[in-house]
Amino acid sequence: MASKTKKAQFDAKKQLETVEEQFQTLQILSEEGKIVNESAMPDLSDEQLQELMQRMVYTRILDQRSISLNRQGRLGFYAPTAGQEASQLASQFALEKEDFILPGYRDVPQIIWHGLPLYQAFLWSRGHYEGGNIPEGVNVISPQIIIGAQYIQTAGVALGMKKRGEKKVAITYTGDGGASQGDFYEGINFAGAFKAPAIFIVQNNRFAISTPVEKQSAAKTIAQKAVAAGIPGIQVDGMDPLAVYAAVREARERAINGEGPTLIETLTYRYGPHTMAGDDPTRYRTSDLDNEWEKKDPLVRFRKFLEDKGIWNEDMENEVIEKAKDDIKEAIKKADDTPKQKVTDLMKIMYEEMPHNLKEQYEIYKEKESK
Amino acid sequence: MAQMTMIQAITDALRTELRNDPNVLVFGEDVGVNGGVFRATEGLQKEFGEERVFDTPLAESGIGGLAVGLGLQGFRPVPEIQFFGFVFEVMDSISGQLARMRYRSGGRYSAPVTIRSPFGGGVHTPEMHADSLEGLMAQQPGLKVVIPSTPYDAKGLLISAIRDNDPVIFLEHMKLYRSFRQEVPEEEYSIPLGKAEVKREGSDLTIVTYGAMVHESLKAAEELEKEGKSVEVIDLRTVAPLDIDTIISSVEKTGRAIVVQEAQKQAGVAANVVAEINDRAILSLEAPVLRVAAPDTVFAFPQAETVWLPNYKDVIETAKKVLEF
Repeated sequence: MASKTKKAQFDAKKQLETVEEQFQTLQILSEEGKIVNESAMPDLSDEQLQELMQRMVYTRILDQRSISLNRQGRLGFYAPTAGQEASQLASQFALEKEDFILPGYRDVPQIIWHGLPLYQAFLWSRGHYEGGNIPEGVNVISPQIIIGAQYIQTAGVALGMKKRGEKKVAITYTGDGGASQGDFYEGINFAGAFKAPAIFIVQNNRFAISTPVEKQSAAKTIAQKAVAAGIPGIQVDGMDPLAVYAAVREARERAINGEGPTLIETLTYRYGPHTMAGDDPTRYRTSDLDNEWEKKDPLVRFRKFLEDKGIWNEDMENEVIEKAKDDIKEAIKKADDTPKQKVTDLMKIMYEEMPHNLKEQYEIYKEKESK
Repeated sequence: MAQMTMIQAITDALRTELRNDPNVLVFGEDVGVNGGVFRATEGLQKEFGEERVFDTPLAESGIGGLAVGLGLQGFRPVPEIQFFGFVFEVMDSISGQLARMRYRSGGRYSAPVTIRSPFGGGVHTPEMHADSLEGLMAQQPGLKVVIPSTPYDAKGLLISAIRDNDPVIFLEHMKLYRSFRQEVPEEEYSIPLGKAEVKREGSDLTIVTYGAMVHESLKAAEELEKEGKSVEVIDLRTVAPLDIDTIISSVEKTGRAIVVQEAQKQAGVAANVVAEINDRAILSLEAPVLRVAAPDTVFAFPQAETVWLPNYKDVIETAKKVLEF
């Protein structure tokens, strides 16, 4: 016998709507380059605004050159960054030098601007271990490959900072696909439970390689996943450098004041392929969608904003472009001049001291490599 | 000197290093006020406070990530994985991250992490608690895998593991936790990692073993002694990297060897020991090197566990095959 239909114990629809309606996208600078949210405008001097624009222009050039160097066989693994400059660079711009960055594989620009020399970024791309040998005083680790692993590590770095009583934060990045990983939740949940000074960024560029964000989760926003971990979350226009900066700055303040971690979802788009290793975005994206997002371009709107303020012009932009090109040329030369990595180099840094089996194999490879 | 069980010796080692080094942190599931499900961390939170000894949310992967991150901040994390059968949840942190930290950072960062975990059969745990997965760990370059067989060794090896600047997987056999007591110095001492111990000297046969099987092997050696056979027993203590010198010099002396492990036969530490002996001492051998191991099934449920696990009788049987070859 069918059981009698009972009255619902709670309003399921309302429950989700109540959560979802709290996650509206923060925007400060519109696509037309106008300030649309004056009260949220971050406190940035003209010089700082110019500096942020310089970094975005520089990084766009770096991306273009990296793609071409990759095609020439002069770079290895490369994940294009164009389109994501506001998400990547404005979030890093909101940090202090002592903050620690745990990047995902596409987040090389942030660690370059945090102090990693460009030639080392190129060495990392080429698969040379010196690429990960971060200089003393630069607070980053090389990009994570396993999606989500950086999230749980960030909880640890942040907890360490808290234990030492330091006023600094750990910040990490993943994508919309990464937000489906168990480690995503474990990371934000651990940091929340420990009230650790962490900032978790999800650059939602709508595609995890080819899988659209709609297929990743029933959650309407990724930002709302913060609620489940009991931490604040915010969704921002990830093509708007001012919104990204404001959200990260606020999260940083909360973190160093002992108020724990924040999850920030930035809505963004990668113009290029997932990586340069044969991905073809036309298989999974329409040119209409590409065009729609290119209209939101972070450089276009920020340039317009700064030009209207009278603090940016074509000469300034060209100067940055030339500087970027020169730096890249020089860094590639330095990478070229770095001696090729040997198997024996790897053997030397597997452990603090080589165990007996490696010592034996070391002699064999030393001999092979001397030929 | 005090009489201690292995679990007490482990607690003593943790206390010693928590005292010695303010960067040592002990954490995991239920290690705080509860003192761990086996009481390995009994009283430590009370003595050192919640900053140093703390409970984590229930997520092994998160515990692994926490260890990586705290290591990056200059701490010396000593996380507990509640049962080693749960290790699959934290495999990326172990094999993907900790083992590669030095290399991925060009030598800049290290992972001075000691992961402690109970493992091993014979105590009728629910399924997926007791598996002997040291072979899986030993296959991963970048790790050290340590398995003590006595309370004395447990303290000295754990102190060395915690002080080591590379990641160490420290596996504590559940059956040995409280099976016997031994004199253990209350003061600190360390036993070097990567060094085996000759537990018993002999001239006719070498038994290479570790963990709980050390005791089965010693018992077998005593029985064989009654039959006039002189058996040497080597306790590896560190199963990766192996102490090749101790193994080979023994085999060169006896000319015959067997390797005894509690884990399944199809892969693992014993196979590696046999291969090393073949590589280095084939001309000293009077007989093939045989293995005593569990059958190649998944770990048996409690009803079948006793027969599934190798014991001293299996050791004697295999030893005789080699002795009489």
